[in-house]
Amino acid sequence: MTSALEDFSNYLYRNKHILLLLFLLPPLLWLGIIYLGSLIVFLFHSFFYLDGFTGKVVYKISLSTIIELFSSPANIDILIRTVVLASVVSLGAAIIGFPIAYYMAKYTTPKIKVFFYLAIMLPLWSSYLVRVYSWKLILAKEGIISWFLAKLHLTWLLEAILALPVIGGPSLSISYLGMFLVFTYIWLPFMILPIQASLERVPNSLINASYDLGATKRQTFYKVILPLALPGIAAGSIFTFSLTLGDYIIPYIIGTSKFFIGQAVYTHQGTAGNIPLAAAFSLVPIAVMAVYIYFAKKLGAFNAL
Amino acid sequence: MLFRKKKNLNEASLGLKIGAIFGILFLHVPLFFIILYAFTTEDKSYQFPPPGYTLKWFSIVLGREDIWNAVGLSLQVALISTLSAIVLGTLAAAALFKASFFGRDYITLLIILPIALPGIITGISLRSAFGVAGIPFSTWTIIIGHATFCMVVVYNNVVARLRRSSPNLIQASMDLGANNIQTFFYVILPNLGTAILAGGMLAFALSFDEVIVTTFTAGQQTTLPIWMLSELIRPRQRPITNVVAVFIICITFIPILYASYMTRNTTDTDGSSK
Repeated sequence: MTSALEDFSNYLYRNKHILLLLFLLPPLLWLGIIYLGSLIVFLFHSFFYLDGFTGKVVYKISLSTIIELFSSPANIDILIRTVVLASVVSLGAAIIGFPIAYYMAKYTTPKIKVFFYLAIMLPLWSSYLVRVYSWKLILAKEGIISWFLAKLHLTWLLEAILALPVIGGPSLSISYLGMFLVFTYIWLPFMILPIQASLERVPNSLINASYDLGATKRQTFYKVILPLALPGIAAGSIFTFSLTLGDYIIPYIIGTSKFFIGQAVYTHQGTAGNIPLAAAFSLVPIAVMAVYIYFAKKLGAFNAL
Repeated sequence: MLFRKKKNLNEASLGLKIGAIFGILFLHVPLFFIILYAFTTEDKSYQFPPPGYTLKWFSIVLGREDIWNAVGLSLQVALISTLSAIVLGTLAAAALFKASFFGRDYITLLIILPIALPGIITGISLRSAFGVAGIPFSTWTIIIGHATFCMVVVYNNVVARLRRSSPNLIQASMDLGANNIQTFFYVILPNLGTAILAGGMLAFALSFDEVIVTTFTAGQQTTLPIWMLSELIRPRQRPITNVVAVFIICITFIPILYASYMTRNTTDTDGSSK
């Protein structure tokens, strides 16, 4: 019975820290060397710069790339455009997601809750690309929305919306409005789940107490339920905000020709070969998210995860 | 039942019901249109409603070797990345779920980072690292990228299960005379099995249709999502793309449904009651 293996396992059972080290070593080596190593090397490129004549990266520490990023109005435009879009998408996702989360947390029987849960998990985990593609079908000029509005004799409405400055465009599939819809659709599940989790923790007795004390449904919602759901909304917006900041595929497929951060990173590292500027652009979402997470943490977002 | 106790207040208002139904429809109706379009006879535009219905695109896709090669590569990548993620994620979960030592929070952050940071940053970092190290693009470079962000999925599932299971079970097993190895195979592993499997399933679904990191680590190779992306940017074969989209929906839905089936009823802790 007493094999070498068993002796070894007894030794590990008694020396927990060695067991811990054995467990931790493979994932730590993987993440630390392969992932963190390449990440740091890439981001550090933002302190190098591109030689204007040779087009080659100069490996000397300098702030010129970062200064270039913030001094060019075109780059500032890209940064502002992306942050505004990410905020609007987060807001849109919160507004569309809240009723589902609320209904799910407070009014469902366990069986229906499982149904809702699956209905949210399936799009969360399944094909990002296919879901973007579906909107290409829906938003196309000859597509579903145009057809539907034509049937309702509302084509004039669509044309009026598309004629609006900024959000409009030649068709829904080439406009900021379309991009907003697709982003909201794609990241919506990430918003619903944390809101649902935070609402689940609001005791029903608290809501009943509010009613007993004479508050109307509306008052109860604004004074009791919404403030308690805020950590969940903050947690959800971490995902929607960060995912929108870094995405380059949706603006590429649905958007206009104006760039967002993800596309800027993509072009600078690719055709332009300007890795330092790509790295500097990448620092922006990381910095924005660090600040964002700091404030979300203050709102209690991490207790809602 | 629930609704009868306190009429009016404990019942969802009409507005809320409509909002919830609208949200669910918003999440799912677009996918139905993809399935509908897979049968359309129109092949030049996204015309709605489809002028006619046909099954011929399915048979055309069946004969397309380039698509099958892409499917094969995607399956191979997803399978190997999932297996690596299962090993690494489970180990990390086992080490971190109860331990408290200096730097523990940083390690947790490190595990979450690959999905917290935008995929494009992970992708470019790996690409330039491969470039610096002189590693040519291959199936393995794709797998390295995928395993990195799949690890956290398995980790999350296993940590959640470990937190719910009771340490008393392990002591009970040893009190009853089992040695460490027996305890591991008869008590710990069966307890964690479904969580590992569920995490693996989700990791598989995630890897199978990942495109952003893959764009940077694939070189000239074409996985199914990369094929799909090129069609999205320059649509040349719309009907084929529709059928492939339906195929991707099916292949990712199955593991997700299976994973949620495996982790159902896990709110009660085994052995937590005295």
